Amino acid sequence: MLIWVLRVCATLSGAIIILILAFLVLESLPALRHAGLAGFFTDASWHPTENLFNLLPMLWGTVLAMTGAVLIATPLGILSAVFCHYYAPPVIARQYRRLIELLAGIPSVVYGFWGLVVLVPLIGRLHPPGPSLLAGVIILAIMILPTIALMADAALANVPVQYLRGAHALGLSRWATVRGVVFPAARSGLYTGVILGAGRAVGETMAVLMVCGNVVQMPVSLFDPVRTLTANIALEMAYALGDHRSALFVSGLVLMALILVLVAAAERFAQNHIHV
Amino acid sequence: MRLRHVLLAAIVAALSGCSSDEDETSIVLTGSSTIAPLASELGKRFEALHPRVRVDVQTGGSSRGIADARSELADLGMASRALYEDEHDLKAYTIAYDGVGIIVHRDNPVRKLTDKQISGIYTGEIANWNEVGGRDAPITVVNKAEGRSTLELFLEYFTLESSDIEADVVIGDNEQGIKTVAGNPDSIGYVSIGTAEYDAGQGVPIKLLPLSGVDASTANVRNGTFPLSRPLNLVKKTRPQGWVRRFVDFARSPAARNIVTSQFFVPIAQ
Amino acid sequence: MSEFTVAYARPRREWLAAAVIWSAALVVTGLFLWIVGDIVRHGIGQISWGFITAAPADAGRAGGIGPILVSTLLILGVCMAVSIPLGVGTAVLLAEFTSDDNRFGRLVRLSLDVLAGTPSIVFGLFGLAFFAKVMGLGFSILSGGLTLACMVLPILIRATEEGFRSAPDDYRLSAAALGLSRTATITHLLLPAATPGLVVGLVLGIGRALAETAALIFTSGYVDRMPGSLLDSGRALSIHIFDLSMNVPGGNANAYASALVLVALLLIINAAAAWLGEHCLRQRIVPV
Repeated sequence: MLIWVLRVCATLSGAIIILILAFLVLESLPALRHAGLAGFFTDASWHPTENLFNLLPMLWGTVLAMTGAVLIATPLGILSAVFCHYYAPPVIARQYRRLIELLAGIPSVVYGFWGLVVLVPLIGRLHPPGPSLLAGVIILAIMILPTIALMADAALANVPVQYLRGAHALGLSRWATVRGVVFPAARSGLYTGVILGAGRAVGETMAVLMVCGNVVQMPVSLFDPVRTLTANIALEMAYALGDHRSALFVSGLVLMALILVLVAAAERFAQNHIHV
Repeated sequence: MRLRHVLLAAIVAALSGCSSDEDETSIVLTGSSTIAPLASELGKRFEALHPRVRVDVQTGGSSRGIADARSELADLGMASRALYEDEHDLKAYTIAYDGVGIIVHRDNPVRKLTDKQISGIYTGEIANWNEVGGRDAPITVVNKAEGRSTLELFLEYFTLESSDIEADVVIGDNEQGIKTVAGNPDSIGYVSIGTAEYDAGQGVPIKLLPLSGVDASTANVRNGTFPLSRPLNLVKKTRPQGWVRRFVDFARSPAARNIVTSQFFVPIAQ
Repeated sequence: MSEFTVAYARPRREWLAAAVIWSAALVVTGLFLWIVGDIVRHGIGQISWGFITAAPADAGRAGGIGPILVSTLLILGVCMAVSIPLGVGTAVLLAEFTSDDNRFGRLVRLSLDVLAGTPSIVFGLFGLAFFAKVMGLGFSILSGGLTLACMVLPILIRATEEGFRSAPDDYRLSAAALGLSRTATITHLLLPAATPGLVVGLVLGIGRALAETAALIFTSGYVDRMPGSLLDSGRALSIHIFDLSMNVPGGNANAYASALVLVALLLIINAAAAWLGEHCLRQRIVPV
C-alpha cells in the first residue's frame, strides 16, 4: 500500500520535467519550422528582428559563467562546511551556519541590484566597461555558495563518529582526518551539493541579467560583457512577437539540452567514482 | 491533534475566501511594465471612486498586452509604443507620453552632442570621448534590448538598423540603464526623460543631454518641442463599453493628470 | 572538537590547511556583511510597524508592504503544502525502495536533476501556460505556489534522500529483526533520523522560494491588493523589491526596506524550521 503511494509521488515529481519539455517544444515549433534548427547555430548573429538566430555565443556565456561560479563556490562552500564542523568553536559555528542559511534566501534581484550598484562599478574602475563575465561569475558564485555549503554541512554531519574516533586513535591530525577520512565518507552528499549548485548557476536569470552586460558575443577575456541564454529569454520575452518569441523558446530548449548533458555526465562520473 | 484541526480550518477558510460579491466587476490590464505602476495607481484611484470595481494590473511586456487585447484575455492591453501597421485592427487610447533622452555621467565634461555624433558613437565609428570634446577615454555604449519600444524609437529617429549598433552593455529597464550609466563615468545611454529627471534631482550622478538643440525635459515633451517621445497606450480590440470605457475615460481625464505626473510621465493635451 | 589537537607528522600542512579554511570562512563572512550590511544600512530607516502593515501607495514609494507580506506567506504556504508531502514521498521511495541500479529510480533522479537546473524564467512561462491557462487558475496565489513547488521539489527531494541515506543500516536491520513493518520503520525510525536532511532541504527550498522573481511575475502576478482568497492575484515580496528597484523611479529606499523585511522573515522561518527539526521529530530517537 505504502509503496504505491510513494510510486505515485515519485511519478508526479518525475513527470513535471516532461510537461515542461513538452511545453517548450510546442512553443518552439514555429521558429524551428521557419528557421530550421541549423540556423540556430550557424546564423551570422543574434538579431531576431532580422531573422538571425545564432545561439552559440550565448551558450558559451552560460557555460563559462557556470563553470567559473562552480570553480569558485565549490572550494569556498565545502571549506565553509569543514570550518563549521571541525575548525570553529561551537558558538561561532552556529552563527556561521545561520549566516549561510540567510545568504541562501536573499532574492536574486537583491544580489543583482548589489552587483549592479557596487560590484560592477568596482570592476569598471579596474577595466571598463564593468558589466562583464567576471561580475556574473562572482555573483553566481555567491548565490550558489549557500547551496553547496549547506548540503556539504549536512553531509559532514552524517559521517559516523566512529570514523572520527578511529582516526583519532590512529593519531591522524585534523586536516589529515578531514581529507583522508571525512571527505571520502561524505562524498555523496558533497557531490549532490555541487550538482545542485551547478544547476542553480545555469538557471539563474535575474542576477546575471543585471551584471553581465548582455552583449551577444564570444567573450575573449573575463572583462568582456556576455549574455547568458537565461538573461536573453528574460530580456526579450516581454517584447517579442511571433517567430522571435518562438526563437526564445528554442533557446530554452537548448538550455535544457545543456543541463541534460551536464546531468548525464555527472551521473556517469558519480557511478564510477562516488556511488562505488 | 488540535493543531491539525486548526490548520485544516485555516486552509478551508483561505480557499473559500471572503464572501464573493456578485456585484463586483473586475477590469484586467496586462502588458508593459513601464505603464504598470501608472495603471496601478490609476486603478487605485478609480477603485476609491467606484467601490464595486476592481482593477487588476499584470505585467508581461507590451507584446503581451497587444496579444491579450487581441485574444480578449485582458480587458485592456498596455503598450508603451504606438501601434505597428499590422496592429491597426486594434484601438489604442493614449494616456500619457514619455520622452526619451540621452544620458551621460554627471562628471562627463561633454555638454551636447549632434545627431551625427550620437549616431557615430552608437555605430562604433566614434570610440573615444576626446573625438567629441571630452576626456581621453573609451566610450561605453549602453543600448536597450532588441524589441523594446525605446530602442525602436531610437533606431527610427537616427535611421539605424538594430544590427548597426555596437553596444558595450545591453540593458532592459530604465532604472538598470540609469544605474549602469551612474556607475561608469565614460558611458552613454538613453532612457525615459521623466525617470532621468527625477533621479538626477535625487542626486544620482547622471545628466540629460539636449537633442537637436532642444533640452531634454518633460516640459519640452509636453509643449511638443522635444523630438523623441513615445505614447503610452491602452489597447482594446473593440470599442470599450461600460466600466472599461469609464476607466479609459478617467485615465484620459484632467482628474488623472496629477497621477500621470507623479509617475514622471507627461499628461496628454486636453 | 578538542579531541583533534593531536598533531602528527606534518605540522606545516596542518597550519596551512587551518589558515586556508579560516580565510575561506572570513571571505564568506565578509561578503555576507557587505551585502546584508548594505541592505540594513539603506533599509533600516524605512522600517516601522506602519511599514509592515500598511498597504502600498504611490506605486510603492510610500505606504507599506502589508498585503504583499500576506500574499508572500500564502504563496509560501501553498508551495510547502504541495512540495513537502510529494517531496518526502519521492525521497522515501528513492532512498528506501529502489536500489542504485533500479531503472525507475534512476529515471526519476535524472528528471529531478534536470528540473533543478531549469531556469526560473522557464518555470514562470510554464506556470503561466499550465497552471494559469490550462488548469484555469489564472493569475493567482495558487498558480504561483504550485509553480514554486515545482521549483523547490528537486532540492527538497535530494536533501531528504541524503538524509535517509545517512541513517545507519543498523536501524533497518534491528527494526526488521523486531518485526516492525516497513511503514512503521520509516515513520518511527528513519524519518526522525533523516530529519536533519529534511530540514536542510526545507531551508534551501524556502530560501529559493522566497528569492524567486521570474517564476512569480507570470503566475501570482503584480496586483498589490490584500488577497481575498487563494485564487486572487497577489504580489510577492521579491517581485515588489524588483519593481521598486528596477521599474519605479525613487523606489530604492523602500526596495531596501522590503529586502530587509524579507531577510528578517527568512531568519524567523529558518529558526522555526530548525526548532521543528530538533524538538518535534529528532527527539523521538536517542542518538547513538
